[in-house]
Amino acid sequence: MNALAAATRPRGFGSERLLEVDPRRGVLAHHAFAALPALLTPGDLVVVNDAATLPSALRLTSHDAELRLAAREPSGVFIAVALGAGTFRLPTEERGQPPTFAVGERVASGALVGTITGVDSEDPRLVRVRFELDGAALWAALYAAGRAISYSYLEHAAELWDVNHRFASRPWAFETPSAALPITFEVLGGLRQRGVELGWLTHAAGLSSTGSASLDRRLPLPECYEIPDETVARVRAARARGGRVVAVGTTVVRALESSALEHGAPRAGIGEARLVIGPGFRPRVVDGLLTGMHEPSTSHFALLSAFAPRPLLETALAEASSRGYLQHEFGDACLILPR
Amino acid sequence: MSNANQERSSIETALITGASRGLGAALGRALAARGTRVVLVARGATELEAVAASIRERGGEAHALVADVGDKHAVHALAATASELVGPVELLVNNASELGPTPLRLLFDTDCEALERVLEVNVVGPFRLAKALGGSMVLRGRGTIVNLSSDAAVEPYARWGAYAASKAALDQLGRVLAVELAEHGVRVLSVDPGEMDTAMHRAALPTADPATLLAPETVAGRLVELLERGDAPSGSRIALSAGGSS
Repeated sequence: MNALAAATRPRGFGSERLLEVDPRRGVLAHHAFAALPALLTPGDLVVVNDAATLPSALRLTSHDAELRLAAREPSGVFIAVALGAGTFRLPTEERGQPPTFAVGERVASGALVGTITGVDSEDPRLVRVRFELDGAALWAALYAAGRAISYSYLEHAAELWDVNHRFASRPWAFETPSAALPITFEVLGGLRQRGVELGWLTHAAGLSSTGSASLDRRLPLPECYEIPDETVARVRAARARGGRVVAVGTTVVRALESSALEHGAPRAGIGEARLVIGPGFRPRVVDGLLTGMHEPSTSHFALLSAFAPRPLLETALAEASSRGYLQHEFGDACLILPR
Repeated sequence: MSNANQERSSIETALITGASRGLGAALGRALAARGTRVVLVARGATELEAVAASIRERGGEAHALVADVGDKHAVHALAATASELVGPVELLVNNASELGPTPLRLLFDTDCEALERVLEVNVVGPFRLAKALGGSMVLRGRGTIVNLSSDAAVEPYARWGAYAASKAALDQLGRVLAVELAEHGVRVLSVDPGEMDTAMHRAALPTADPATLLAPETVAGRLVELLERGDAPSGSRIALSAGGSS
């Protein structure tokens, strides 16, 4: 199979394409992304991850290294991955070896100063760090010190306005929940006019790559999510009226299905998604999802296998590749949804 | 009812720019006194912190975020931090304004760069913040954006050109937004507070008699009432000195 080409820059308004995969009938269709509302049915529910993406790449001023924030515990302690020094142009796996941090060691990125409070026993690149500030001062220092995580295939380093989708709210995501990036206000208005309902939750999307093969195998790390009352009610109402629940992005799938697995049905409140979804997983809540283009080697692709047979997904990818679809954060979109 | 200030606000969360003094500070105090969790934004840290501290002393919740609303690099930090500290922002008040060079001068005596700065702070800055916070409002199907305007947006006063042009632009931006966001349940209002006894007014008209000017606290009270009533049509322009809408 030919590899999909990478989208090397943020896309122009409305330029993304949309590959529709219908697992029930086993058919594919090609659309402009703006066609999304027409592919849904009145009464369907579209659920978005409203997490804003943090500037989670911290170039340390205390060490010749980069810390990438990956998660935040309820205590306020961050989980981070240490990378060797280097710019985004160097793929993470080609970065040099980072220093090995010790518990109690002080780290700083400009005015953002913290202490290493834990080092992973299997891979010392995975650390815990507690910053000295909290509240407004913590966020001010973090936004001043950090940069959005960028990708080696991009022409220019990504800025926060590139990786934050239009509905971003609380800064919980460490990398962009990119499936929502093509959703314009025009499309959102189209969904409402079509009679499609909207729901939202916040899911702390973690890192897609750490530069360490052994750590990468542990991804995704447990990710925090919060589902509001309103979305729980809308999911219930959609299912009651026979509407489909469409997740925007794999993070929404993980949040809704993790909550359903734990409580029988999605429940309002904060939870931690430890669930790894793959072939054979039977979704209880989500009927289909809007996602990016993902190649078979990725954990994202494994998750998609829970929604469509692998051969159909492989055919879809082959067709996408031959038609010039683009992949990665600013790539084209795929809607996997039974008609 | 013993005291209107004891009534709980229906507005859970608000972000107010230009909140270190004048109307912005008064509005922050008035909302916080009714239980709204407020995020205060201004350039000057010391004054802003003092306003936030005075609110907290009275049992209110206030957070001070130091930023220049004319700085494009500040907006994501502002929007995300505000949402994290108080939850999704339900009310955005674009109150921060740049008067332009003082003493006020004729338009042809105004440097182009000075006009650019006024437009950056008074038009583009509010637009950026509205975009950064408005997406979440649109998703939730509710929220209010208030843009502070001026009668200078309507009347052609000599020597007010840069400020006047910026406020006229902000008014029209708000009117179009109101139309575009109507289906999403998000409201946009332009509010003309009238002539207030503020540092900005003194900079513009140093010889004005303060006795003829409105206290910012009075205007803030009227604005809170207007927002609590919630009946001003989206897209309308409300003159608070006259107590009616135009």
